[in-house]
Amino acid sequence: MHIVVCVKQVPDSAAVLKVDEAGKVSWGDAPLIVNPWDDYAVEEALLIKEKHGGQVTAITVGPEGAKDALKDPLAKGADKAILLSDASFARMDGAALATVLAAAIKKLGDVDMVLFGQSSIDAQTGMTASAVARKLGFNALTFVAKIRELDPAGKKIAVERLLEEGKQVVASKLPAAVSVVKGINAPRYASFMGIRKAAKAAIPVWSAGDVGVDAAALAPRVEWARTYAPPPREGACEMVTGDSPQQIAAALADKIMGEKIL
Amino acid sequence: MSNNILVWVEQFKGQAASASWEAIGLARTLAGSLGGQVIACVLGQGVGAVAQEAISYGADQVLICDDATVDDFRPEPYVALLAKAVKDQDPAAVVMVASSRGRDLAGGLAAEVGVGVIADCTSFRLDGDKFTATRPIYAGKLLSDVTATARPVIVTIRSRAFPKPEPDAARAGQVTNVTPVLAEDAIVGKVVEWVTEEGKVNLADAKIIVSGGRGVGGPEGFAPIRDLAVALNAAVGASRAAVDAGWIPYAHQVGQTGKTVSPDMYIACGISGAIQHQAGMRTAKLIVAINKDPEAPIYKLARYGVVGDLFQVVPALTEEFKKRLGK
Repeated sequence: MHIVVCVKQVPDSAAVLKVDEAGKVSWGDAPLIVNPWDDYAVEEALLIKEKHGGQVTAITVGPEGAKDALKDPLAKGADKAILLSDASFARMDGAALATVLAAAIKKLGDVDMVLFGQSSIDAQTGMTASAVARKLGFNALTFVAKIRELDPAGKKIAVERLLEEGKQVVASKLPAAVSVVKGINAPRYASFMGIRKAAKAAIPVWSAGDVGVDAAALAPRVEWARTYAPPPREGACEMVTGDSPQQIAAALADKIMGEKIL
Repeated sequence: MSNNILVWVEQFKGQAASASWEAIGLARTLAGSLGGQVIACVLGQGVGAVAQEAISYGADQVLICDDATVDDFRPEPYVALLAKAVKDQDPAAVVMVASSRGRDLAGGLAAEVGVGVIADCTSFRLDGDKFTATRPIYAGKLLSDVTATARPVIVTIRSRAFPKPEPDAARAGQVTNVTPVLAEDAIVGKVVEWVTEEGKVNLADAKIIVSGGRGVGGPEGFAPIRDLAVALNAAVGASRAAVDAGWIPYAHQVGQTGKTVSPDMYIACGISGAIQHQAGMRTAKLIVAINKDPEAPIYKLARYGVVGDLFQVVPALTEEFKKRLGK
């Protein structure tokens, strides 16, 4: 099995985000981390490798600093990592991102599975796995809560997908693009030895030219014109009190009924 | 390019997803401004009634594919059919709901046809002939205005962000049958079964959500939360703390690494309101907080707050609503 796991570097979920007048987003002292959902993708890749053998390659798109997001999967046991970085990658939309990821995965050769977190916590579109799948001609198996069966020799896979109506069980073939949800596994912590090894690992950087993508093909079809803080919620909180839970409940029910939403 | 707006109407077992009518509503507004028509795409098996419903909600035309290969959503046959519809119809935009299936379809379709996606819109406008949408990012910690620089563009909308039109059974529209693009043996993915007993939680569409957090103390602590939810015909949500503790499945999680919701009312019980949780529910119309800790940050968002023991207040509230709502 050759498994590619795609990760993204994002500000920590606890970060307080600020936007300046130019629309630049900052997050103070909060660290940049591996997108929390991608931790589950990394873990699933490592679990599959441990059970079936093979290799795990972690890839990301970003500036030089995004190498930090690759050190985490390397420290946990990924075999190699590649940073996709190019000036032409800076303003990509989702379709262009999928073009770059798919081109890099093709360059890696015989890939059996591409793993993703269900979405990133910043843009949160949750479309990258299905877009990359289309570009590669793989089937997309998204929002996967469990891999039920995996038969690398027979090139078969069956998964449970977490959808609005419950869990859908789908049987498919490899290669496949799989996005995973929280709870599919319990991500491990990197060992001290692993962290030391990852710190020393050489991470190759592939440019647009290296993956054979023409920068002109990456022109965004949608542009992020302006980013700003949402308006604050209006009105202060009115505390509802009473001498007993029943009195409080009656007073609160009065208030809620008065809002005319029931 | 035409000025028509294509809408994918999501259905499950012959039942349309209610938010798809919100998508038809947005398409109606856009088509009105552009002088085009709303063309609904209905894919499934035994979905003739859904096609008629689409017309009653505002579609001028319906492209219907009634076939076993598109009974349950699968990305391969759906992307192939929608890609053909986009090529044939040459619309100005393709609108769909940012549901799990909508995300699959939008991502796949964008890659297949080579178009952009304005994703997760909560508001939409035409600036001249430019499509501009507002969408939350970082789970609503910030907002971003996104503009399409090319047409057609795919637009996905958040559930409950756009008004649902009033259906008009007297509306007339044209229904056209289309044939599948892919035969069953050309489709790799096969749906084996559905496990609907677990994980059937649709927080995105819920009008009311009653949520429990660390304060519920354990799996059995969700019993009073569920009782109140039943009395209010509400969905049950949870904070990350409650999910990570294993008290309730992940499908219930609200917040930055769970679902982003926008109900009419959100009742937070035993939830302190960490910034990650706030991000997922701050756009609720009315927020009610019940917590032991008077300093909990959740009160900064709430309209009404109760400082007290949820195990006393919540059951009392359930009884009160049962009385008032005649249950």
